[in-house]
Amino acid sequence: MNVEVNGKSREFVSGGSVLDLLREFEIDPRMVVVERNREIVRRDALDLVEVEDGDRFEIVQFVGGG
Amino acid sequence: MTDERIDPLEGRDPMVIADRSFASRLIVGTGKYRSHEETVEAIRASGAEMVTVAVRRVDLDASKQESLLHHLDPEEFFLLPNTAGCFTAEDAVRYARLGREAGLSSWVKLEVIGDQETLLPDTEALLEATRVLTAEGFTVLPYTNDDLITALRLEEAGAAAVMPLASPIGSGLGLLNPLNIRLLKSRLSVPVIVDAGVGTASDACLTMEQGVDGILMNTALAAAERPVLMASAMRLAVRAGRAAYLAGRMPTREWAVPSSPSTGMLD
Repeated sequence: MNVEVNGKSREFVSGGSVLDLLREFEIDPRMVVVERNREIVRRDALDLVEVEDGDRFEIVQFVGGG
Repeated sequence: MTDERIDPLEGRDPMVIADRSFASRLIVGTGKYRSHEETVEAIRASGAEMVTVAVRRVDLDASKQESLLHHLDPEEFFLLPNTAGCFTAEDAVRYARLGREAGLSSWVKLEVIGDQETLLPDTEALLEATRVLTAEGFTVLPYTNDDLITALRLEEAGAAAVMPLASPIGSGLGLLNPLNIRLLKSRLSVPVIVDAGVGTASDACLTMEQGVDGILMNTALAAAERPVLMASAMRLAVRAGRAAYLAGRMPTREWAVPSSPSTGMLD
C-alpha cells in the first residue's frame, strides 16, 4: 500500500501496524513519536493501530535545539 | 560544614520552577554543536540539569544515524522540548504535544516566532498557545520579549515561568535592557528566566546580577571557539552573578571615597 511519511510518498510493502511500518523503515520506536493523520499514536499503541492505504505519517525525534 | 568563603551557594540556592527544583540556575540548549559528544561534554561543564531539545522529522534515508537521545541520558538531564521554528499557536501546540509524547514530562519551552529576520515572538499567538497548553496540563515556559505587560499576561495565562530575551536569539549582544528585566522580576510571582542573547560570561554575570532566577543559553556555548571551556565559564559567571545579587552591591557614587583611613597620616 501507499502511505505518506514525512511529506514523501512511500510504499509500505509488508503492511500491518504502525510498529511494523517503523520496522520496515528501520526506525527504533523508542526514539521517535508518530503522528498518523495528525493524531499522535501513543507509544504503547504502536502495535495496535493498523496502517491504512493513504495514511499520512509524521515521524519525529528529538534533535539539538535551543 | 560548607565553607562559605569558597562557595556560599553550594547546594543551598536551588532554582524552583513549578514543582521541580534544579541545583543549577543555568539551562542550556543542544543546538549547533559540532558533534553529540561535544554537546554532552559542554552540558556537563556548564553544570546545567535542564537542557532544551527540538522536535524534527526523522530523516528516513539516514535513519541509522545516532539519535541525540543516545547521548542525553534522561536520568542525568531533564529534557525540555521546545517549539522552535513555529510561527502559529496551532503549530506550537502540535509540536508541544509531540515533545510531550517523546519525552518524560509535560514541560515545554514555548516559542511562537512572529518574524523570521529578528525571531522576535508573536506575543498574541504566544498567549493563545500558553492558555491552550496550560489547560492541557503542560508546564509552560514561554520565550517572550522584555515587555512587562506581555509578561504579566503570560503569568495570568498560567505560564510556570516567563522567559524574556536579553537580546535577539543567537545574536550574542548581551543584556540590552537591564531596566526592563528588573521591572519584570519585581512584578512577576513566577520565576523569570532570561532566554537568548547572552554572548559571553560577563553578559551572564550581569544578567544574574539583576536578580533573575536563571538563564537559558545555547549559541554562546555552541558557537564559542572552545564550547566546553565557555560552558565552564558560564557556570562560574551564573553563580558569581547570583552571589553578587544576593550579597547586595555597594551604592555607586560620583566622587571618590578613600578606602584607607584619612587619620594617622605623618606630619
